[in-house]
Amino acid sequence: MNPVRKRRLIITLLILGAVAVATGLSVFALQRNMTYLYSPSEVDAGKAPDGHPFRLGGIVKEGSIRRVPGTLTTDFVITDRFQSIPVTYTGILPDLFRVGQSTITTGTMDNGTFVAKTVLAKHDATYMPPQVAQAIAKAKQEHRIPPDAGHGGSQ
Amino acid sequence: MSRSYLPHWMHWLGSPPNFYRFAGTLRPWLMALALASAAIGLYGGLVLAPPDYQQGDAYRIIFIHVPSAWMSLFIYATMAVAGLIALVWRVKLAEVIAMECAPTGAAFTFITLATGSLWGKPMWGTWWTWDARLTSELVLLFLYLGVIGLCNAFEDRRRGARAASLLALVGIVNLPIVHYSVQWWNTLHQGTTVDFLDPARSSIAAPMLWPLLVMALATHLYFFASILGRARTGLLSLESGKQWVRTLVDGQPAPTMEAPT
Repeated sequence: MNPVRKRRLIITLLILGAVAVATGLSVFALQRNMTYLYSPSEVDAGKAPDGHPFRLGGIVKEGSIRRVPGTLTTDFVITDRFQSIPVTYTGILPDLFRVGQSTITTGTMDNGTFVAKTVLAKHDATYMPPQVAQAIAKAKQEHRIPPDAGHGGSQ
Repeated sequence: MSRSYLPHWMHWLGSPPNFYRFAGTLRPWLMALALASAAIGLYGGLVLAPPDYQQGDAYRIIFIHVPSAWMSLFIYATMAVAGLIALVWRVKLAEVIAMECAPTGAAFTFITLATGSLWGKPMWGTWWTWDARLTSELVLLFLYLGVIGLCNAFEDRRRGARAASLLALVGIVNLPIVHYSVQWWNTLHQGTTVDFLDPARSSIAAPMLWPLLVMALATHLYFFASILGRARTGLLSLESGKQWVRTLVDGQPAPTMEAPT
């Protein structure tokens, strides 16, 4: 390689290295600051902002979904299997919202109840035909494994 | 002359007239293969594949969304490698290829964002959220648009291409961020489904997986066909004053002197 090209290559790689280091440090800094959501345990420990809106994330507790008749209001409980927080929401729920589904809600705490302005459902990145899902659920029932074990646990 | 580290055929292919002819021969075949595999992939994905246990038929958008997202990263990597060659070795063909990658890459990135948004509204409950995956993919779109803009901001096309190549190269730090964002941060976007290193860990049923992979093949073939065609026109306009282009346009060797008017 001739000296001119060698110099160009070195300069280019140095610029690239500097940008990579700068980005790496920013990513590392963001990782410590960027809290997309709080879990019910963190809210219980008083880590969530008081009186300000924040995101509450967890799993919709089994048997907790209760729709208020004649309105769009739905009450349910968000749990991380250690602590649970009751949530109330008025509006249209996403298609993926169901028991055992990872869910992210935005809103404020009001006397121990989380009043949600938005409800987002997280997809569990699993794709299978309904027949397979039924077969898995049936097998789990026969072997007495909880229905939510095995998927949806990425939160 | 310094010693060459490259095989002879790469030198041969790097010459614009040779590349022009080679690309012209290869392009129709690649395009035909791309269309055929897209037809098979779409039939497999939209007709043969069963519905999903949670999402019903709405999940079928992955047959467009996921291959487009893979292409948005793959084309960026191609553009950055061509940009490095353009910056260091000043190869005309590499400059043209780097610059012609950007519009196609931007298009695939836009398709990724648009289809994701269409799926996100019914499934997640929102068109858009500022989580790490969505934001870094949006940054990728802006990088593509920045490369296109910077390239065209210069009077001299070759200087513009080199300046934009540096931006393309520097922007490559965004690729690992897009890919690993779902692991590094708590995102609304789901994690990785298809694991190429360990296929047994992929959480997608086989009748849904094969159309997805065929669609990925189709988008790659389409990109190769598209970049060959775009590079041909790019070379023609860059070398419009050269003998070989005149010969090509006139169908005969250009006269050595301008005829008097």
